[in-house]
Amino acid sequence: MAYTQPHSRVSVLSTSSQSSSVEHLSPAASSTRFSLPSIPTTPGVLTQRPAGVRPNIYDRNLNKTRITEVSGAAFTFLFSEIVQYTQKRVSGINDLERRLNTLGYRIGSRVLELMAWRAEAASKAPKREIRFLPALMSIHTQVWRAVFGKPADAIEKSVENADEYMIVDNDPLVERYISVPKDMSQLSCSSFTAGIVEAVLDGLGFPARVTAHNTPLPQFPSRTTILIKLEKSVLEREEIFKG
Amino acid sequence: MAIFGLWVINKAGGLVYQRNFADGLAQLTSNEYLVLAGTLHGIHAITSRLSPIGGSSSGAQVIEGETFKMTILLTATATKFVLLTSLAEPNADNMLQKVYEIYSDAVMKNPFHTPEMPIRNLSDGIFIGFWGRAACPEVI
Repeated sequence: MAYTQPHSRVSVLSTSSQSSSVEHLSPAASSTRFSLPSIPTTPGVLTQRPAGVRPNIYDRNLNKTRITEVSGAAFTFLFSEIVQYTQKRVSGINDLERRLNTLGYRIGSRVLELMAWRAEAASKAPKREIRFLPALMSIHTQVWRAVFGKPADAIEKSVENADEYMIVDNDPLVERYISVPKDMSQLSCSSFTAGIVEAVLDGLGFPARVTAHNTPLPQFPSRTTILIKLEKSVLEREEIFKG
Repeated sequence: MAIFGLWVINKAGGLVYQRNFADGLAQLTSNEYLVLAGTLHGIHAITSRLSPIGGSSSGAQVIEGETFKMTILLTATATKFVLLTSLAEPNADNMLQKVYEIYSDAVMKNPFHTPEMPIRNLSDGIFIGFWGRAACPEVI
């Protein structure tokens, strides 16, 4: 079901991109809003690109992940601005965390979409996790790897509450350079990550409330726990599956 | 060989960060540090115009006395990093470069830092993980 031929919708924007799913414009062209005339090519024929020229982000193959990593510095600066922007528009720590969560949610729903496409699009019998624990495992490993480049460090189950699960990250990427002032020590900027997790769980059909909490250890000062509180319906369904 | 202390001076000449690492420095109040930093800022501005060769100069890079050496790194954004060391310290330049890198990471990427303002609330983790170890390997 993978589209090997250029998609028909593409032609609305530029005829050039249709004829060149593999041929790409110079970086200057990719930053403009206009479609510049491209070097004529035959569709499907790989042509040599001048060294150092990277394809337009919209023209890149979605399934190639190895060389498409985003600059960590660019991300941290962007995230820092996001936090500053959000902080100016909220009335307290809870509000700030909620907004970061919402922003993460928007990413998470796309992450799930993209990962399903990458993992299942080529398969003859695409599948989706319907049990909670395998879904949690795949968030811990696959989602974390897709978003942060490494799996999370642990999954824990709450002893006191049957509906609570935790994903632990010893050194969360989004918080690597963030020093939270003492008067806001409750704040965890990983609420953003919590939002991603919440969206993925929601998308998989496991509605939950997901929050982030600082749980530092001496050797991991920025250790963070993502707390997942599942809705009752999910637990009930799990029970039915068991029986 | 000893690293006595580190200062960060903003482009207006204000001391935004100061930390002592080794013993042997005179005890100064924070106000005195501010005055010293301001003075150094002035001296630096003067030395940058002293060059006998035409054109602009980078200004003082090292100030040496009988008992100490002061190495100054001026960044492209006019922030100055000053490392106070003993005379024998050979690595001050590299260390300042490293400190500059850490500053770019741990200070400039922190959403709770206001540019040109004093550097506060560096969390312990970040301090030990970045700033401390690089600036002063033998202390931490």
